[in-house]
Formats: sequence, structure tokens, C-alpha cells
Amino acid sequence: MSSMDLIRSGYIKELLENGKRLEPRGINEFRQIAIKCNVLGNAEGSAQVDLGNTRVLAGVKMVVEEPHSDTPDEGNFIVSAELLPIASAEYETGPPSPSAIELARVVDRGIRAGNCIDLKNLSIDKEHVWSVYVDLYVLNYDGNLFDAGTLAVMSALATSKIPKFENEEIKHTESDEPLRVDNTITSTTFCKIGNKIVLDPNGAEEAAMSTRLTITTDGSCIRAMQKGLSGSLSIEDINNLVEISFSKYDELKKQIQSVLNR
Amino acid sequence: MSHANKPELIINGKRTDGRDFNELRQLKIEAGILKNAAGSAYLEWGNNKVLAAVYGPREVVPKHLTDSTKAIVKCRYSMAPFSSLSEHGRSGPNRRATEISKVIKEVFENVIILNDYPGSEIDIFIEILQGDGGTRTAGITAAAVALASAGIAIRDLVYAVSAAKIGENLVIDPHMLEDNYSDADMPVAVSPKNKEILLLQMDGGYTREELKKAFEMIFTAGEKITEVQKDSIRKLYESVSK
Repeated sequence: MSSMDLIRSGYIKELLENGKRLEPRGINEFRQIAIKCNVLGNAEGSAQVDLGNTRVLAGVKMVVEEPHSDTPDEGNFIVSAELLPIASAEYETGPPSPSAIELARVVDRGIRAGNCIDLKNLSIDKEHVWSVYVDLYVLNYDGNLFDAGTLAVMSALATSKIPKFENEEIKHTESDEPLRVDNTITSTTFCKIGNKIVLDPNGAEEAAMSTRLTITTDGSCIRAMQKGLSGSLSIEDINNLVEISFSKYDELKKQIQSVLNR
Repeated sequence: MSHANKPELIINGKRTDGRDFNELRQLKIEAGILKNAAGSAYLEWGNNKVLAAVYGPREVVPKHLTDSTKAIVKCRYSMAPFSSLSEHGRSGPNRRATEISKVIKEVFENVIILNDYPGSEIDIFIEILQGDGGTRTAGITAAAVALASAGIAIRDLVYAVSAAKIGENLVIDPHMLEDNYSDADMPVAVSPKNKEILLLQMDGGYTREELKKAFEMIFTAGEKITEVQKDSIRKLYESVSK
């Protein structure tokens, strides 16, 4: 931690003692969310999400592949993430960092566990299945990539169209059938700073946090959880955060749906 | 998760290996079995076979990562190419192993008293020789013993175990088959002194009530795991004093 981070952490902790944050918002309040879909023409689907000053872009590409031998009647779905060097002075070029891999896998796990994409639905015939590749590009970092990422990937999937596949050829320009999305999941990420826990940390708050917890729900079940960093959480903390996560479901789902209706 | 060819996992109220829902697989730990490491442990947990080794505190490589106020922790969780029943695994870290290594590292950053070792590095290596579900929790449980046997200052002897959901039932310590076809799975690492959660991952579908029950099962099972861990360390020092 740089000395500037250290000084700012002290200030953030002091503010939190009085129930305040760097920005004028509540402990369990999201920053402003703005979702734009179909921002890219060549991708099967895409979405850009602004969560405060955090900006992420999700692009969906679908390709036809041979099915795996252990899942002959299922297609594939995989989320990858890139912490681009344009997004922060802290990010460097090179192979995906453990943080990027964790981000991709947590977003992936939520969607998978929520049964949002039916992999059987991606089967074409005995020799061919669709593989859905979702790439999450972080364009500007200001904290909470997990929730911004989940919103972007869910929105991009919901607006994706399956290309035509005829005579062993994919026609990306001819597509009209939408990709079926069976369930909507939303995620809420909390961070613990000192002994206080807040929702949707920004970059400065993440620099001060000891623990992070992401909870993904579909409104009725907890679908995925991931704790990060070296701090600890009590069972009471976790149960409390699960309740908050459920209470945010409708608000976040509405954000995704409003895009679909446009 | 829905599976078409889901095998029968619970028959007459018992699991496929005859266990009750709240029953752990047999757990054996032997501390101090690798001579070159500062600390080590070999663990057998059901059909899991795991080696954990600790090196350090030692000089930080590369040097620029050095923190003059505390030790840095590195962790490598790795599954051997021959560790699973399916085909030969590719060597080298994959996305899964990278993520698991990261969350395990974060567990031990909490437990090790880092300020006692400024400017140094502590390495934790977890090698899964044979995997049968629950390898990350087995790895953490083994690594905790390896750290203790290295004489490194730690706040607590952490344990880890998973709670899964099969149909309507919650079961502790799922094996591979249960893991593959479970309706939810939640590996957790706990600091037993204050019951604080150090690792928490989950996927599938838990209701809020099931989540609470899963934590209770984990805490109860943890008491037994802690006993086996402590015994292994006790035995190590008894053998030295002989």
C-alpha cells in the first residue's frame, strides 16, 4: 500500500465511523448504474456498464466446435476477463493476473450456478455444439469489478443473437434467433474496512479494505459466493450481507431488463 | 444444477460410501515428513492424498516485492497430472488452480503473524497427489499443520471443509461423485478460536436457511478436524524427544 493509500484509508475509516462515505451515498447503496447494450456490431452480443467511474465492456462471440467427449450433448460457456492497462495505472500488460482470473471465474460461476444458459440448448447435432465465449474488458477501474462484470455479462448475453450455421459454415451477419437466457442473476460485492462493511466499494475503498465478499443470487437462492483477501468475516456478518444481497435483487434485475425493453 | 444422468447419491438415508450426512471421511495427517522443507505434512482424507510443504521465512524473489514491514506469502496449489481418475492432467497452472492458490494464500496471510518476519517471504506448496473431492479444503488443512510444524508464528490452526447439498439434504465433506452432482457446494476455511471465516466459496443453490445449517455442520465437523491436526503436531514433537 502506498503512503497516499494509507492516508486515504485512515480518512475513509474515520468517515465510516460516522456512517459516511467518500461519495454522498449510504453504506448499502450502489453508485449510479448505466448499461448500454449492442455497442459492438461484430459481436453476437455486447454491453457496456458504468458503475460510478468503473467502466467494463462485455463481448459475446459464438463459435461452432466439436462437443467434449464427457458432455456429448452440451455446448460450452466460458467467461474470461482482462484487466487492460488502459483501465488503471496499476494494470500491466501480460498474461491474465490471478485477480483477472478470479474475476472471470466468479462471474462465470454465478451464471453457471444460476442455470442462466442451458448448455444442452447449445447443442446443434452430434458433431457440432455452440461455444459461447464471453470476454470481459475492464476499461476504467474504480472498484467493484465483480458487480459491474456480472451486470455486463448478463446484459450482453441477454441481447446476444445466435449466428446462422449452414453447411459447416457460420454466418455471423445472418442471425435472428436470440440466445436463450433462462434465469437472471445479480451480484452484490461488499468490502470490510476496519470493522465496517459497505456495498459497492469504489477504488479508494478497495485500497482500504481487508476483506471482500461477493454474493450472487437469483432472488430465491444464493447461487454463488466468493470471499477475497486476508481479512475475516463472522457468520453474523455473512448472514446479514446475504439479506442485503436479496434486497438488492429487484433493483439490479430491473437495470438489466430496462436494457432489453429498449 | 440439473443433471440428466445423475446417479443415486443417497440410498436408505446413507451416502454412497456408507457415511451419515454429518460424517467426515477418515482423516489422517502426518507432520514433518519432508526433510528439506521448514515444515511439511502428508494428509489422507478419504481418497484424497495431499502433500503440503512450507519454505521460509526466506529472501523475497523477485526482490522488488519485498515489504520492509512484513512477510509476503506465496502459495501454489497444484494437482498432479496423475491425481484424477480421468485422463492425464495438463501440467502447469490452469485457471482453477490459479484461483484456488490465490484464495488459499489469502487464508494464510490472515493466520501468519506477518509482522514477525519483515522483509521475507513464506512459501506454501500444496501438491494434490490423488484427488477425490475437497482437495482445496484438504490442502488448507494440511498446510496449516505444515506451517505449525515449521515453527512459524501463527494466530490459529485453521481448518477447512466443505458442506454440500444433495437434493434436500445437506452433507459434510462431499467426495468427488457427490461434488460433481451436488445441488450446492461450499468450501469454507475457519479460524477455530473465534469461528471467523477465512475462505468462503460457494456455487449451486442454497436457501438462506440451508446456508445457516451448512455453517453449523462445518463448525461441528471442524472440532474433529482440529483434533487430528493437533495430534499430528503432538506426534511430531514426541518423535523428536525420543
